Amino acid sequence: MQEHDLSFVRTEMAIAEAPPRSAQGTGHWLRTNLFSSVTDSVLTIVGVVVLILIIPPLVDWLFLSAQWTGTDRTFCATTVQGGIRPDGWSGACWAFVGDKLQQFIYGRYPFSERWRVDLVAALFVVLLVPLLIPKVPRKGLNALLLFIIFPIVAFFLLLGGWFGLPHVETPLWGGMMITLIVSFVGISASLPCGIILALGRRSRLPVVKTVCVAFIELIRGVPLITVLFMASVMLPLFLPAGTYFDKLLRAIVGVAIFASAYMAEVIRGGLQAIPKGQFEGADSLGLTYTQKMRLVILPQAIKLVIPGIVSEFIGLFKDTTLVSIIGMFDLLGSVQQNFHDATWATAQTPMTGLVFAGFIYFVFCAGMSRYSMFMERRLDTGHKR
Amino acid sequence: MASQDTLRAVDTGKVSPLYDPKVRGIFFQGLLFVVLVGFIYWIIGNTVDNLERAHIASGFGFLNRRAGFDVSDALIPFTSDSTIGRSLVVGILNTLLVSVMGIVTASILGFLVGIGRLSTNWLIRKICMVYVEIFRNIPVLLVIFFWYVGVLSVLPQPRQSIHFPLGMFLNSRGFYFPRFVWGEHAWLVGVALVIAIALAVFVKVKATQRQMATGQQFPVLWTSVALIVGLPALAFLLAGLPLSFEVPKLSTFNLNGGVQVKPELLSLYLSLSFYTAAFIAEIVRAGIMGVPHGQSEASYALGLRPGTTLRLVVVPQALRIIIPPLTSQYLNLMKNSSLAVAIGYADLVAIGGTVLNQTGQAIEIVAIWMAVYLGLSLLVSIFMNWFNAKMALVER
Repeated sequence: MQEHDLSFVRTEMAIAEAPPRSAQGTGHWLRTNLFSSVTDSVLTIVGVVVLILIIPPLVDWLFLSAQWTGTDRTFCATTVQGGIRPDGWSGACWAFVGDKLQQFIYGRYPFSERWRVDLVAALFVVLLVPLLIPKVPRKGLNALLLFIIFPIVAFFLLLGGWFGLPHVETPLWGGMMITLIVSFVGISASLPCGIILALGRRSRLPVVKTVCVAFIELIRGVPLITVLFMASVMLPLFLPAGTYFDKLLRAIVGVAIFASAYMAEVIRGGLQAIPKGQFEGADSLGLTYTQKMRLVILPQAIKLVIPGIVSEFIGLFKDTTLVSIIGMFDLLGSVQQNFHDATWATAQTPMTGLVFAGFIYFVFCAGMSRYSMFMERRLDTGHKR
Repeated sequence: MASQDTLRAVDTGKVSPLYDPKVRGIFFQGLLFVVLVGFIYWIIGNTVDNLERAHIASGFGFLNRRAGFDVSDALIPFTSDSTIGRSLVVGILNTLLVSVMGIVTASILGFLVGIGRLSTNWLIRKICMVYVEIFRNIPVLLVIFFWYVGVLSVLPQPRQSIHFPLGMFLNSRGFYFPRFVWGEHAWLVGVALVIAIALAVFVKVKATQRQMATGQQFPVLWTSVALIVGLPALAFLLAGLPLSFEVPKLSTFNLNGGVQVKPELLSLYLSLSFYTAAFIAEIVRAGIMGVPHGQSEASYALGLRPGTTLRLVVVPQALRIIIPPLTSQYLNLMKNSSLAVAIGYADLVAIGGTVLNQTGQAIEIVAIWMAVYLGLSLLVSIFMNWFNAKMALVER
């Protein structure tokens, strides 16, 4: 009888051999990512040359040669221009930004009253941060506080004239403060207005639909600056003679109108993506129009277009710079206003101010877009079609 | 009460008109209409009142008045004695000029950067990503100031102009390049060019017919290039080289002659192009990534080369995704060109603003702005829709 001779049965896995030297380590990474072909190598070399041309001078200008401290323009000017720097010097004048930082934040808001702005900012942060963190409970109350109570408190605090606070008129406001106020009001007004306009545009009632379509297309077809001009020049004409209409309020109205039209289109995109069955289902349950929209359609529609909404917010935040053209001094406006300030006017001042402003805008916008990516991942229920 | 009402409604099969959607619809629309008409009536009343108070006559009669201001960069002859209407035409032309130049440059740059973001090369990918992230996250107005105040104002005085090859100069007063001065018989070159293009189209049609019938390919591209370059060159030689250049010359304080591009136009054009290119790059990237991988794999399996695959398989499908958002970027660029007013380039909004300050005709100027921008938007939309329809999937 033949014996089954199982002379060898492996009981444990063989140890995997290391990949060949050519397929691991830095050398492999370089070969696949930078020098995979002749064209690739040429591109890499061109890229390196471009970086060498840009990065060292940039670092030098931003940090190494930059003037960090100083009290006036002599610190940032060359000897020919009447300063202490050697000829041919070029570097960022951060001393200018340091000296003007207060103005970039508060504008010409009186020194003794700036605690009010700080308080409003602190309130804003305290109310906003919990709203942004998904785990914190009581979102409804939080939103109510932020969007209804906070603006009222902020209005009385900033403007003053009540409760013994001195009145600070809006032409004194400026800098970052204006940028944030215009964006905040614009954002909080554009979302509800946009929703109403989008619902109106999708309505079956011809008059409602026509009015909404006309409004949206008219505003979307023209540049923001004409809307702002319209708000600043034509609003006083439209109101009864003698009505005083604050300049800041005009700018805010212009920005809000403009943003609403764009927001409406984003939300319409979300509404159109909701299957018809959802509408019919809500109808068959006997919900009224308001209930149907509030409980069934809008939560789904808005969730779908969160990336679009946030990119509208980012666009709105960037567009607030345009109020500087109609004579408000927002962050960019107040930076620009100081280019020709006699104490600090040098060849380096404008560039330094612009780089500073650019950095601030970048931080805000990049922050918003990161947050939207985070929310998108969180809200992704896997229902994507 | 409520239950009784419901019961009765069920019994008779009729609903109270209060709950009839049709009746409600008519009611709400009527309400909206009345409120709207009332609001407009109120506004018009106020406006008429305010205008009378300020002694401003409404109407477009002011367009025929003397302008009284000068426009430095006019494409058509313009002096301070010209009419206000003509000044607005100058503005429209400048808006068009910077928009068209910006759209062309932004498209080219945007496509390059968008493809760069998908490159297999790590370095190129990162450089393109940094470019896109920076420009998408700062305001366009800041980019305009950056070019205008930051870069172009630190350029040297005319005496220390930076020289470029072919008689081009760059200094704080702008960019100078030679003017083409066409001599006698120069029209021959134009005629030759038209004939060459017509021949190239003919060759293309014939080559397609032959490929359909026999499968043989004809080098259409090289033939067309040879025709379009060769024929005008031949005509140019035959006509006796009828072209001379008016090269800008350095005098004591300035450059004379040639074509001057003012720093305002240059910075507006550069900033609009760079800013919009970042957005176009993202659109292009999304478009190319939207083409399923199986498409290019199938194409390789059929034996097509990478270049051919990109040209015949990937790009035509990506374009379908790209065109609609690309249209809105073009419209954005055109609308952003109105920021010219911030640096004093004489576009429609800047000139309109000057006229508005001089005459106080706010309503008319804003109406002109709206009409022009809406008209231009409509034109771009129509063109891009036509292009989109041409590119759309043809389903059999």
